[in-house]
Amino acid sequence: MAEFVMPQLGADMSAGKLIQWRKRVGDRVQRGDIIADVETDKADIEVEVFSTGTIEKILIQPGEKVPVGTLMALIREEGKPAMAEALAIAKEMAAPPVPAVAPPAPPPRAAPTVAPTAVAAGAPRLHISPVARKLAADLGIDPATITGTGPGGRITFEDVQQAAQAQAAKAAPPPEMDRAARMRQAIGAAMARSKREIPHYYLSTTINMSRALAWLTQENLKRSVEDRLVYGVILVKAVALALREFPELNGFWVAGRPNPKPDIHVGVAISLRGGGLVAPAIHDTDRLSLGDLMKNFRDLIQRARAGSLRSSELSDPTITVTSLGEQGVEAVFGVIYPPQVALVGFGKIVERPWASEGQITVRSSLTATLSGDHRVSDGHRGGLFLAAVDRLLQEPSQL
Amino acid sequence: MTRDEIRDGVFRALTQVAPEVDPARIKPNLRLRDQLDIDSMDLLNFVIGVHKEFKIEIPESDYPRLATLEGIIDYIARAQPPK
Repeated sequence: MAEFVMPQLGADMSAGKLIQWRKRVGDRVQRGDIIADVETDKADIEVEVFSTGTIEKILIQPGEKVPVGTLMALIREEGKPAMAEALAIAKEMAAPPVPAVAPPAPPPRAAPTVAPTAVAAGAPRLHISPVARKLAADLGIDPATITGTGPGGRITFEDVQQAAQAQAAKAAPPPEMDRAARMRQAIGAAMARSKREIPHYYLSTTINMSRALAWLTQENLKRSVEDRLVYGVILVKAVALALREFPELNGFWVAGRPNPKPDIHVGVAISLRGGGLVAPAIHDTDRLSLGDLMKNFRDLIQRARAGSLRSSELSDPTITVTSLGEQGVEAVFGVIYPPQVALVGFGKIVERPWASEGQITVRSSLTATLSGDHRVSDGHRGGLFLAAVDRLLQEPSQL
Repeated sequence: MTRDEIRDGVFRALTQVAPEVDPARIKPNLRLRDQLDIDSMDLLNFVIGVHKEFKIEIPESDYPRLATLEGIIDYIARAQPPK
């Protein structure tokens, strides 16, 4: 039985509100299908499923706000037993009953809005189903604080969900906050965490863009208006290709250690009309042609601003690229979006005097920056990475 | 096509890209990018919208002529085939 849980769509998300299900109990779903729409503080998201099978049970109803990790539906995977059988198996395989001497209580969390302790100290055992116990462990809820509503006071997974919802409701921001305020709060929380946990280092370099821009002008002459490229696409592709040479910058910091990712999904910072930003992923950025990258980039921006991003686009970025050049900014020293370990910034393209081989000419140049996580890389590697981006931009036809 | 008809078509293309724009507040001789929060991707989408609306080709080298509302209307008026 596969579990469909409220996904974590970025470090700034702690809970989500189900807007609607797109599938019903009994519907067959395939990995990658969009099965629900969820409202987060930053946007409404189309949530994909990561299993193939049949929806066995729906546990959360539209309008409910639940914490990240909350079980929302059960999916019977092909070739796997149905829920009743699965529960029976789980029961057989469950750990022995909780011993008469209560185990040490987990560290206290934000007090959930639940009934007083259901099982008094010294009680013989805690009546809880295996799936409920797992859910409680996943959500960090002490089962002893939950009142069971099942037969004989047994704690069901619905009981755990309700306890989690009560906890989330208590922790949730005041209902009068609008989307813009909630988004600002979410961004602030993620950035505060980043600055608190990640030992940032910052590097910058000036890149001669004359060759890239000249190539782009010629390239766009060959393209129809709908297929033309913007220079931002070239920058993103150069970053993606450079990451192949510096895989440590492409990935996450998880559970106290680096976790580089083999696939390169560049997250592109997109400002939203009305304020705020999101940084969804362009999947497999390094493998896309410039034309396909442009097409995906355009689509992503339109959907981000229309509020129809997909969950994988928010959960998959392995690095973020941000460009504020069009706002007149010369250099961006960004804050890494955890759990990522690097962020690349681009400023505006300006004409500057450029000294080379004893001569001064005027060249179009831009400042590229790297914000790196010192737990994963150092300035030496970061500098070589920026040099690789520069080198790639000098051969735009190879991108 | 009259200038008013062209203006209406331009507004349709513009509000497709930036739905929050109130056409009545656009100053015709000020640069659009100084009045609206649009970037190069928006500009490209706007040019694509104008291309579809008026069935005209707009080379990239002509983008500077599309900086203001009046400039855009002039450009489209000249690009219209003679009746």
